[in-house]
Amino acid sequence: MKILVPCKRVSDPDNANKVKVQGDAVVAEGLEWKPNPFDDWAVEAALRLTENAAKNERVGEVVVLSIGPADAAQQIRQFLAMGAERGVLIAGDDAQLDSWVVARAMKAVVDKEQPDLVVMGKQSADAESGAVGPILAELLGWPMATQVQTIATEDGGKTFTIGREIDGGLIRLKVSAPAVVTVSDRIVRPDAVKNGVTPADHSYPESDSGRYASLKGIMQAKKKPIEQLQLSDLGVEPTLTGSYTDFAKPPERTGQTTFVESVEELVQKLHTEAKVI
Amino acid sequence: MTDVLVVAELLEGKPKKATLVAVSFARQAAEGTSGAFDILVIGEGAGGAAGELTGFGARKVSTAEIAGGYVAEKYAATVAKVAKDGGYGVVAATATSNGRELVARVAGKLEAGYAGDIIGVEVKGGSLAYRRSMYAGNVRGTLTLSTPVHCVTLRQSEFDAAEPSGGSSPVEEVAVVQDEVASKIEFVSQEVVKSERPELTDADVVVAGGRALKSADNFINVLEPLVDALGAAMGASRAACDAGYVANDLQVGQTGKVVAPNLYIAVGISGAIQHLAGMKGSKTIVAINKDKEAPIAQVADYFLVADLFDVVPKLTEEVAKLKG
Repeated sequence: MKILVPCKRVSDPDNANKVKVQGDAVVAEGLEWKPNPFDDWAVEAALRLTENAAKNERVGEVVVLSIGPADAAQQIRQFLAMGAERGVLIAGDDAQLDSWVVARAMKAVVDKEQPDLVVMGKQSADAESGAVGPILAELLGWPMATQVQTIATEDGGKTFTIGREIDGGLIRLKVSAPAVVTVSDRIVRPDAVKNGVTPADHSYPESDSGRYASLKGIMQAKKKPIEQLQLSDLGVEPTLTGSYTDFAKPPERTGQTTFVESVEELVQKLHTEAKVI
Repeated sequence: MTDVLVVAELLEGKPKKATLVAVSFARQAAEGTSGAFDILVIGEGAGGAAGELTGFGARKVSTAEIAGGYVAEKYAATVAKVAKDGGYGVVAATATSNGRELVARVAGKLEAGYAGDIIGVEVKGGSLAYRRSMYAGNVRGTLTLSTPVHCVTLRQSEFDAAEPSGGSSPVEEVAVVQDEVASKIEFVSQEVVKSERPELTDADVVVAGGRALKSADNFINVLEPLVDALGAAMGASRAACDAGYVANDLQVGQTGKVVAPNLYIAVGISGAIQHLAGMKGSKTIVAINKDKEAPIAQVADYFLVADLFDVVPKLTEEVAKLKG
């Protein structure tokens, strides 16, 4: 099975409150670039689908794709160190990208690579749009499953049984490959991914992120290939469908925190001061 | 002048409340540009559900009956055809899990720009622009789309559900368009948890619990009585959901639901940045936590430094007294 995992680098999502705005630009100076955490989960899901975890053996191929400046190769390397086989980096500047440009570029790579599955995060932690997966699926004429929390296959990857999160519950789907899958954080739960190769009773460790790279993995990643491409190589015009203005920080919460001493004081304040109960 | 097409979302043959939120957006958007709005009811039971949406001022309510459970691949081609034939400038739905993927897929069909999970709409130079929240609630920006058609989903907590406006919109059935891709995906089943409590995204009061509750039983025995005394919706941190204490869909935060109630009570939640992204728009925030340095203090209006197991039962009693 061959899986393409598109990944984005984002400014450190654990310090998103330190992002600044200047008119029509968002400035993340001083913040480290990190792989989008949603994509970290996607890489983990893709690795689980293409391995025999009991024997620590790879049985498929994971290709990591990113669109960004040259140093976005660092984030691709991190995923190669986790176990992905190779990378593709399309040169691009965030300001010249939107969901449409990205989806078109990905489609061109999919046409070339012919993966069985595209697995990606359900959204980026910065723009939070979540549109690329569905637009890509539509451009490819492929079925899609978004916000996926469980995925299982028993026929080598021709069909997938999928659980996707919906408001208030879960929808179960049966999807034929090739398909686009966007994952939620729950895809890294111990029993979220079953591929019919890893023994069914194998359970991954509890974690809220993808696997850590081993030292060996980090060494190997240095030798793994990352193909460099330009949008023009793929015949994609960087035509934006929209633009942002008036960036601003959300209104600060006014007032100080009042530390109350007792339940009685809390209830009294909520009743008479805040007037919310 | 921009006409808006609202795509209604059904649950077991009835319009979800989310649909009325989209109607409220459509009224604002259409009025702002002197346009009109229509509603498309699509899915199993569309014909029957249409009657519940005729009293909200839509120019018309269209129905497309599609048997079986929801998959976007069965709906998108019909939505796109209706949007194209009607010359709509905006296709909109509430940003539920289904709404998001369906409208984005429709954007793919219409070559439309997409504004996802918007928190507001404004008229700029005669056309619509969309306010969005990004970076886990730390940045807002206005998105202007340059495509002829805009595909939009809106954040439920930021728009009020539309009230009936009287009148009776005419209902018409539209033809369902078959899409080849629909044969590659099959709806198997759906599990939706029914709750008597208000929906998280439009509750006036939300009581949320964190990992400090330590077990599913404690959610039931300690937190739920407070939730019900307040007539609140129950929420949880990602850690509490991941630990299996409560159902996943109660998660508040960047990876879960974004809520903005009048009162948000965070019980044993330290307040990771991703959690704050989901609740810091609440009007009044109360934190109950042993650690007064917990990051939740950054957004809390009231902070009771205490062991939750000591104070939550007492709080439940006091609230019941007040309400009783």
